[in-house]
Amino acid sequence: MNMTVMDRKPEAINQSFLGFIDCDVHPFFKTPAEFDAFLPQRWREHRATIGGRTRQGLAKASNYPRMSPGNGQRMDAWPPDGTHPGSDLPFMQEQLLDLFNVAYGLLAPLVGGAGGERNVEFGAAMATAVNEWQLARWCDPDPRLKAAVQVNIEHEKAAIAEIEKRAGDRRFAQVNIPPRGVEPLGRQRYWPILEACAANGFPVSLHLGGNGGHPSTGGGWPSFYHEEHPSYVQSMQTLVTSLVCEGVFEHIPNLKVVLVEGGFAWLPALCWRLDKAWKRLHAEVPFLKQKPSEYVRQHIWVTTQPIEEPERPRDMLSTLEWIGVDRVMFSTDYPHWDQDDPRFAFKVPLPEEWRRKIYHENARALYGLD
Amino acid sequence: MSLLEPGGIDCDIHPAVPNIRALHPYLSDHWRDVVIQRGVHELESIAYPTNSPLTSRPDWRLPNGKPGSDLDALRAHALTPFGTSVAICNCLYGVQLLFSEDMGAGFARAVNDWIAAEWLDKEPRLRASIVVPMQNAELAVEEIDRVAPDKRFVQILLLVMHDHPLGKRHYWPIYAAAERHGLPVGIHAGSAYRHPVTPLGWPTYYTEDYAAQATAFQAALSSLVCEGVFTKFPDLKIVLLESGFTWLPAHLWRLTKFWRGLRMEVPWVDRAPTDIVREHVRLTVTPCDGPPSPEMLQKLMEHMGSDEMLLFSTDYPHWQFDGDAVLPDGLSRDLVRKIMIDNPRATYTRLVSEVVA
Repeated sequence: MNMTVMDRKPEAINQSFLGFIDCDVHPFFKTPAEFDAFLPQRWREHRATIGGRTRQGLAKASNYPRMSPGNGQRMDAWPPDGTHPGSDLPFMQEQLLDLFNVAYGLLAPLVGGAGGERNVEFGAAMATAVNEWQLARWCDPDPRLKAAVQVNIEHEKAAIAEIEKRAGDRRFAQVNIPPRGVEPLGRQRYWPILEACAANGFPVSLHLGGNGGHPSTGGGWPSFYHEEHPSYVQSMQTLVTSLVCEGVFEHIPNLKVVLVEGGFAWLPALCWRLDKAWKRLHAEVPFLKQKPSEYVRQHIWVTTQPIEEPERPRDMLSTLEWIGVDRVMFSTDYPHWDQDDPRFAFKVPLPEEWRRKIYHENARALYGLD
Repeated sequence: MSLLEPGGIDCDIHPAVPNIRALHPYLSDHWRDVVIQRGVHELESIAYPTNSPLTSRPDWRLPNGKPGSDLDALRAHALTPFGTSVAICNCLYGVQLLFSEDMGAGFARAVNDWIAAEWLDKEPRLRASIVVPMQNAELAVEEIDRVAPDKRFVQILLLVMHDHPLGKRHYWPIYAAAERHGLPVGIHAGSAYRHPVTPLGWPTYYTEDYAAQATAFQAALSSLVCEGVFTKFPDLKIVLLESGFTWLPAHLWRLTKFWRGLRMEVPWVDRAPTDIVREHVRLTVTPCDGPPSPEMLQKLMEHMGSDEMLLFSTDYPHWQFDGDAVLPDGLSRDLVRKIMIDNPRATYTRLVSEVVA
């Protein structure tokens, strides 16, 4: 790995870092009115008068202020016209897609608030609007970008209808569900939605975020963003625990789950813990026919960002090996402040075959990309 | 299993309050009247359902009574077979779950006096942690000050999930008292169930609740570090009890990486979290939650980056290991000695002063 390359000019980039698949790209709007074109009149008016209502108190600011403006954006990612990072396709192309000759970018729109909306009819309408917006603003102008179907899982009927509507449209790669919801995702009441994802060939992407109204720790609300940030990982661990222990993968054997923006180094220890607990407690979950770690190995993919940085960089290699190199997919998280650069993310050289899988082949195979 | 070192120090055993009547002699008149008149039932937490396999090794169950409630059985099950020289009693009773601060204080007092009279007075190998009403830090400190002069109490006991993350200033008087008395603070798995046990709400199964304990410990560590507890209380030692430990390296990698980007939010955190945790935090070794092979465990021990953090524990009577294989395969003799003797002695200074004397 060429650690001395520090400038960002495309011609300086080692060929081996070009052409990867980026599993986490965040598009943004220039103005929220962009969604109005895709909303029925009734919900346009609702958006203008009441607006989005999730399960947190502050309407505009995050309860945990980030370290940079725009709720934690990369400082150099503000487009020249002063609009929001991620809102300008040519600038995104310049900074990410063309710079690295990205083969595909998997969109994770954290806009519109569809997933966490308490008024589920409005949430469903916003989900449809954001789906149309992704196509019109991003995927049609730049077919390298693949949309993620937005849904509000508290509105089962609408969620399933939306998933079915997008089935077969190759511009959509997956269904996006916020991990932090009202209840853990493995609970039976969510199964029909997960079934619809699997039946229509969509992996389920669980990108950190959402707001179920619960404290982000079992011991209450922490004070700092510095605690909130690692608590995303605890949410991811809970998700895996829930999906496995509820028997979701027994019930829906072709379900594929992608964990996005949660890092990954925590996964082996969680699997060991689950296997250990299962050994004693399997009578409580008799429908599990295999060890928890085996379900994880078969059904769960992880994306790399924000990549953990072991104290001794070579410990990354054992960690990847324990997870299974064919389940790890590279992601940048452009344009967030803590995004990973494909050149510098891994602090240890990866074997060539691993690199090929992590940067290219795993995502290509999972999403059936050319 | 790795061979044990004779004379080990078991840092986590659980004598059980057999029933609420056993506490009657130790409750004040007021609280005894309350218990009787209002018909207060057993303060048993849902954390360990009595008949769940995890709650007791099958051959450690008692013909009559709760696992862990009989001293002779505890001697025969937990002390003798492992060659234990000293074992620390962490009594898990629902004291911290009560909503009334005063009732919590009343019961904490009763449990501490009960354990001194019924266990410590009768078995010289036993030590205990001070149960405190976490509901109210002032009352907790009163109880610590009352009990701490008895040197057989070697630690203060908290639950990992309560009203607030454990680093919050609400709990600082407890840490100040711990420092003043030279007592480590033991944080045990468990919850007061004030909040859902996961950040995603209430899970369905007990299995999930148990797995979630590890995430709660991660959050508690984040809180203790980020709130600056170790800057404010530089002599404080924290022991994570029944926490598992294999999650620690990945958590610290992440916490330290992001401290580099977020330290302006918490300027009092003046060193890398990894270094802070290594200096101040210890973890009991059971449950091991280890990888499937000794080679992987050795690799994981390298990821830990320290051989001073793990403390021996059986977690008696919980059924964590098969047979008597309390320590997993793959630990060197040297590491076993550290885990069983050196590290506990370095952590619990009250044990050493007494051993030396």
